[in-house]
Amino acid sequence: MAGGTGSSAEYIQHHLTNLTYGQLPDGSWGLAHTAEEAQAMGFWSVNVDSMGWSIALGLVFCGIFYAAARKATPGVPGGLQNFVEAIVDFIDDTTRSIFTYKNDLIAPMALTIFVWVWLMNLMDLIPVDWIPGLASAMGIHYMKIVPSTDPNITMAMALSVFVLIIFYSIKCKGLGGFLGELAFHPFPKIAAPVNFVLEGVTLIAKPLSLGLRLFGNMYAGEMIFILIALMFTGGLVFGVFGGVLQWGWAVFHVLIITLQAFIFAVLTVVYLAQAHDVESEH
Amino acid sequence: MTLNLTLIGQSITFMVFVWFCWKFIWPPVINAMRERQKAIADGLASAERAERDLELAQDRATDQLREAKEEAQKIIDQARHQANQMIETAKNDARAEGERLKEAQMAELEQEVNRAKEALRGQVATLALVGAERVLGASIDAQKHNQLLEQLAADL
Repeated sequence: MAGGTGSSAEYIQHHLTNLTYGQLPDGSWGLAHTAEEAQAMGFWSVNVDSMGWSIALGLVFCGIFYAAARKATPGVPGGLQNFVEAIVDFIDDTTRSIFTYKNDLIAPMALTIFVWVWLMNLMDLIPVDWIPGLASAMGIHYMKIVPSTDPNITMAMALSVFVLIIFYSIKCKGLGGFLGELAFHPFPKIAAPVNFVLEGVTLIAKPLSLGLRLFGNMYAGEMIFILIALMFTGGLVFGVFGGVLQWGWAVFHVLIITLQAFIFAVLTVVYLAQAHDVESEH
Repeated sequence: MTLNLTLIGQSITFMVFVWFCWKFIWPPVINAMRERQKAIADGLASAERAERDLELAQDRATDQLREAKEEAQKIIDQARHQANQMIETAKNDARAEGERLKEAQMAELEQEVNRAKEALRGQVATLALVGAERVLGASIDAQKHNQLLEQLAADL
C-alpha cells in the first residue's frame, strides 16, 4: 500500500486526492500535504497530476498521429500510418454520418477527443498502486494518474465543447435565431418564459451530461479498482480472489474506456450538428 | 474533488490539442487516404476499361478471322467455278472440233465416192461399147452413138 497509511478509509482517501498546487494555509505557495489542505486552497489551485498526465497523454496522441501525418503517403501505407488511418477513417465515417454540414473543425475535434479521452481512460488499467507508489518513493505524496477521474478535466472539455455549441449556434442561426430557438419551442410563442426555462435546461444539460458522464464512469471504475486493491492486504485467499477480480474488471473496463471515449466524441458531434441545424423546428 | 484552475488549464490544453490536430494531423492523413482511394478507384476503372478493350479486340479479331475465312471460301468457290467453266468450254470446243473434223472427213469421203463413181461410169461406157462391138461384130461409131452411150452411163 502506498505511503504505508493505516486504515482502508485512509487508503481510499489517499487514492482519491489530487496532487494540488496552491496557496497553503501559512500563505506560501506549494503542494498540499493533506486532502484538507487541498480542499482549503479553493479555486485558485491546480491539480498538478491531472494536468500533467492529461498534457502528457495529449502529447502522446499528437506525437504518434503527427509522426504518421508527416509521413502520410497516398502510396502503400506503413504500419503506423495504417493504424492512424484506421482510427481517422472510423472517426471520419462516424462524423460524416451524423454531421452533414460544412465544417472541417468537427472531425479533427472528434478525433482529438476520442483518442485523448481514450488514453486518459486507459490510465485506469494501470494497477492503482504502481505509479502512486513510485511517486511516493520519490517523495511525491499524492498522484492520481487517471485524468478523466478528475471532474476538472472532463468538465473543462465539456465546457469547451459548450462554448463551441454556443458559438456555432449564434454563427449559423444568428443571435435572434438562437434565442428564438430557445424561446419559441416547444410551446407557442405566448409561453416564451416557460419555453426559455425548458430549453435552457436542455442546453445546460448538454455540457453537464457530457462531462459528468465521463467523470462518473471513470470515477466509479477507479473506485472499484481501489476497492479490489484493498483485498490484496487480506491474506492469500483474498489476494488471489482480488487478483482474479481485478483481471475481470480490467477486461470489462477495456470496453468501458473505449465506449466512454466514443460516446464523448459522438455526443460532441451530435451537439454541434444540432448547433448547425438551422431548419430544425424543435 | 472541487473545481479549480485545472478547469481553465485543461480547457486551454484541449483547445491547443484540437487546434494542432485540426491543422497538422487531420489534413495530411485524410488527404493521403482520399488520394489513395482515388488512385485505387482510377486503377480499378482503368482495369475495367482494359478488360473491355480486350473484349472488343477479341471480338474484332474473331470478326476478321471469320471475314478472312469467308473471303477464302469465296475465292475457292470462284476458282472452282472458273475451272469448271474452263473444262466445260474445252469440252465443247473439243466436241465441236471433232464434229467439224468428222464432217470434213465425210465430205471428203463422199467426194471420193463420187469421183470413183464418175471414173467407173466412164469405164462402164467404154466396156459397154467394147461389149457391144463384140456382140455386133461391127464397130460402132463412137461419135454416132455417143448420145446413146452417155445416156447409158447416166443410168448406171
